[in-house]
Amino acid sequence: MHSNFLISQTDGRPMYLQIMQQIKQHIAVGDWAAGQEIPSIRQLAADLRVSVITVKRAYLELEREGIIFTQHGKGSRVALEPSIQPQLHQQELQTHLQEAARLSKLLGLETEELVAQLRQQLQNT
Amino acid sequence: MNRLAVQFEHVSKTYRLFKLEDISFSLPTGSIMGFIGTNGAGKSTCIRILMGLVHQEAGHVKVLGQPMPAQQAKAKEDIGFVSEDLRLYKAATLEWHMNFIASIYPSWDATYAKHLLQSFDLKAKQQIKGLSHGQRVKAALLLVLAHRPKLLVLDEPTTGLDPIARSEVLGELMQVLTDEERTVFFSSQNTLDVEQISDQITFINQGKIIDSSDKESYLERWRRIQLEIPDGTTLTPRPEVISSSGTGRLITITTNQFSPALTAAYTATGVIIHAIEAMTLEEIFIANVKHHKQAVSA
Repeated sequence: MHSNFLISQTDGRPMYLQIMQQIKQHIAVGDWAAGQEIPSIRQLAADLRVSVITVKRAYLELEREGIIFTQHGKGSRVALEPSIQPQLHQQELQTHLQEAARLSKLLGLETEELVAQLRQQLQNT
Repeated sequence: MNRLAVQFEHVSKTYRLFKLEDISFSLPTGSIMGFIGTNGAGKSTCIRILMGLVHQEAGHVKVLGQPMPAQQAKAKEDIGFVSEDLRLYKAATLEWHMNFIASIYPSWDATYAKHLLQSFDLKAKQQIKGLSHGQRVKAALLLVLAHRPKLLVLDEPTTGLDPIARSEVLGELMQVLTDEERTVFFSSQNTLDVEQISDQITFINQGKIIDSSDKESYLERWRRIQLEIPDGTTLTPRPEVISSSGTGRLITITTNQFSPALTAAYTATGVIIHAIEAMTLEEIFIANVKHHKQAVSA
């Protein structure tokens, strides 16, 4: 059922972060709709063959971020207005900016040159 | 309702050349504990005490709310135990064993047993003597899983299994945990298996518990940090650091009490932090055992 989760033991990131990321992606692409019930902690743990405590931690963090909510005894659901899309895009932007900064350093670009190139790109899109 | 499935308090047992000393740990109902130790660390002795097969000299053991060994018969009604020496009759078939266990335990679940046969790729008509080691381990697991015990006690269930069999076994163990009233205690030398599926982790070495806590806080507490010591700065020893290596300007330290306060303290003295790396359970285990060896010899 959750074979569409990509969890890797060789990935350097902690397992709970990987699970959070995968859940966010399912929500962002629309697989899991707002208000929809999501697998229980124990069910997801069994499906992914990952400790219950690890999945529990991922769910707690997602609750804190307002992405899912849990009703005691009724399981967890996707928040009605998950503020996930902007958040994911923000993360992606951050990654690309870091990469741009790294490459411009390698190329020895002045800050102004980098900014000029970015401006050029903004005009083209 | 008792929320601890297993509880050891200051348990000791002395043999001529080996002793278990002051063993304390507890396992909450609904979770799975990986019990890690080297050969001869005392894992099997602890399991035998847990099962009431060996009697402790001091300390208290409670299993499913029953004091052990006094109430072992009562506790064992709800325990499924698979030991290293699998007690199966070589001449009998797996089906014969299944019928035998079903006649003892009213809780035997025939549908679940059928599912396990499929999932473990076993044939009921097969005689035990014709099975490989891996198939015997899976057969023994099937026999205990299918009577749906509240507590599963498994001594090295994945040792000697090929990758496919290991994955099948770990998968079925995780299925057990979908029921929050059921608990698993398993010993292992394979830290990867333990890291993957355990909620609680206990390390045992030379008859002593060297650490026992939930997995997430374990992994959070241990870090390897690479530091650069610029000229004019010195590295002050800190209690959180259990080992350091390197002689030049670059030093790698290992800590079992990582927190942002630790890195802040380094930065404040002028030390530069190059990298902070999480550790695998295997690395933590090795660092932990080495640390305790040094503490003993010091």
